[in-house]
Amino acid sequence: MKKFTLSATIAASLALFAGTASAQVDLDAVLNIDGTVITTRAPAPDFLDIDEVISGWVYRASETQALQMDDFDNPAMLFVDQAMDDWNRVDGTEGKSCASCHTNGPEEFAGLRAELPRWDAERGQMMNMEDYINYNRVTYMGAEPLKWAKPRMDAMVALISLQSRGMPINVAIDGPVADIWAQGEEIYYTRVGQLDMACANCHEDNYGNMIRADRLSQGQINGFPVYRLKNAKLNSVQARFKGCMKNIRAEPYAVGSDEFRALELYVASRGNGLSVEGPSVRN
Amino acid sequence: MAENVKPRVRVPRSASAGEAFEIKTLISHKMESGQRKDSDGNRIPRSIINHFSCDFNGENVMTAILEGAISTNPYFQFDAVIQESGTFTFTWLDDDGSEYTDSKDITVG
Amino acid sequence: MQFTRRDTLAMGAGAAVATLVPFQAFAGANEDEMAAFANGAEITDGGVELTAPEIAENGNTVPISVSAPGAVSILILATGNPQPRVVEFGFGPLAGSQSASTRCRLAGTQDVVALAKMADGSIKRATSTVKVTIGGCGG
Repeated sequence: MKKFTLSATIAASLALFAGTASAQVDLDAVLNIDGTVITTRAPAPDFLDIDEVISGWVYRASETQALQMDDFDNPAMLFVDQAMDDWNRVDGTEGKSCASCHTNGPEEFAGLRAELPRWDAERGQMMNMEDYINYNRVTYMGAEPLKWAKPRMDAMVALISLQSRGMPINVAIDGPVADIWAQGEEIYYTRVGQLDMACANCHEDNYGNMIRADRLSQGQINGFPVYRLKNAKLNSVQARFKGCMKNIRAEPYAVGSDEFRALELYVASRGNGLSVEGPSVRN
Repeated sequence: MAENVKPRVRVPRSASAGEAFEIKTLISHKMESGQRKDSDGNRIPRSIINHFSCDFNGENVMTAILEGAISTNPYFQFDAVIQESGTFTFTWLDDDGSEYTDSKDITVG
Repeated sequence: MQFTRRDTLAMGAGAAVATLVPFQAFAGANEDEMAAFANGAEITDGGVELTAPEIAENGNTVPISVSAPGAVSILILATGNPQPRVVEFGFGPLAGSQSASTRCRLAGTQDVVALAKMADGSIKRATSTVKVTIGGCGG
């Protein structure tokens, strides 16, 4: 077989699709969820070369966008309901539920999702939502940690993310997380896999263009956990990272690995200024 | 009983007699269509919610006979019109024989 | 290897065709379903409205709605699916309108057909072509 540049082929396919078939992207579409307007475009953080950060919601077809605009129509809310049951369910050796300690309900966590992942001085490490959920389960409930990227954990992450909906993502990138952030940035720009692609090749160089029949977004994670029409379930950030890497035929890092944690921090920070949308609906 | 099947319904708290209003229903259910194959190439048998009905004070509003082509987490939106206060009951029937129900009260006038 | 412009365009065009799952229709099954529902009555177009996206972002979850004032029941057929029946709505005395919305799975680009059975037994029909895409990187 003749050797040829894969990236040239992909560039050709991407270019040919600009503007074909699907409806054009409406950058001015407004995401109004049951009366609350959500910020889907914001000035990009300083460290980025692009001018504006844009939520993935903007790039989806109008029917998909509509699914997120109503908390009943949004299928992700079914899982939020399930998480609410879980919240009230006693689990573990201490005979407690989440509700036992968090007496004011999940509303107590307003603002948390907007800051994660973040350095936790007490724990001496960077923590994301899954880390906090499991730390508290194990320490205070005497319960088994929930498996990441599985329905029960994803639903709980959705429930807590919802409490920050509408708040701007505001993830710290300096101080104790500076090195981790730098590692995440490097991963984002490093080409890997058989298709020799980096996150940036699609999500920074080609957002708004089509890849085959999908419209590329900026790869922001402000909407996670996300209900994907494709698999009709909630999907977590790191599960999506893994999926993306498999799509470019790279050996994915493990969910929960240092690499994905660093990437999660970096990618979250790329969306600083966008509103938390979780849980959102995408294709 | 399929796992984790949870219904959700949206019905207004009150309505005017004779004036149509919208009802939405959702239920978490995998809706295994019977078209998929497992990793050995064997067809995964169909296992879906096959029937849905909405009734009010014992009278029927609407019904749906579902097939495998209804998406996971079946969703229905439809209109109802009533003359008196009472209770809506929603019933979903599963291929495996289970029945799931939900109900919502509504006041008229 | 050097690609000529002709080569690149040919590859791209092939890719373009390949991303639309080809139009499908299973004639026999569709006709049987329509005949069974119609029960001998004539099928005429009009009198029923079927709303479906022109391009379905994902064939796994396609929102559709149907409305037929005065109908007793409405059957929706996905003529390109392995099994055409999608849902059959029945409207009772307390239905506020003879309309309903749902979300369905479409196996590929195809015509979706709505058949409404009116009170006098006559059948009204509406057809909508939905393009179903394979997707991109996300699959």
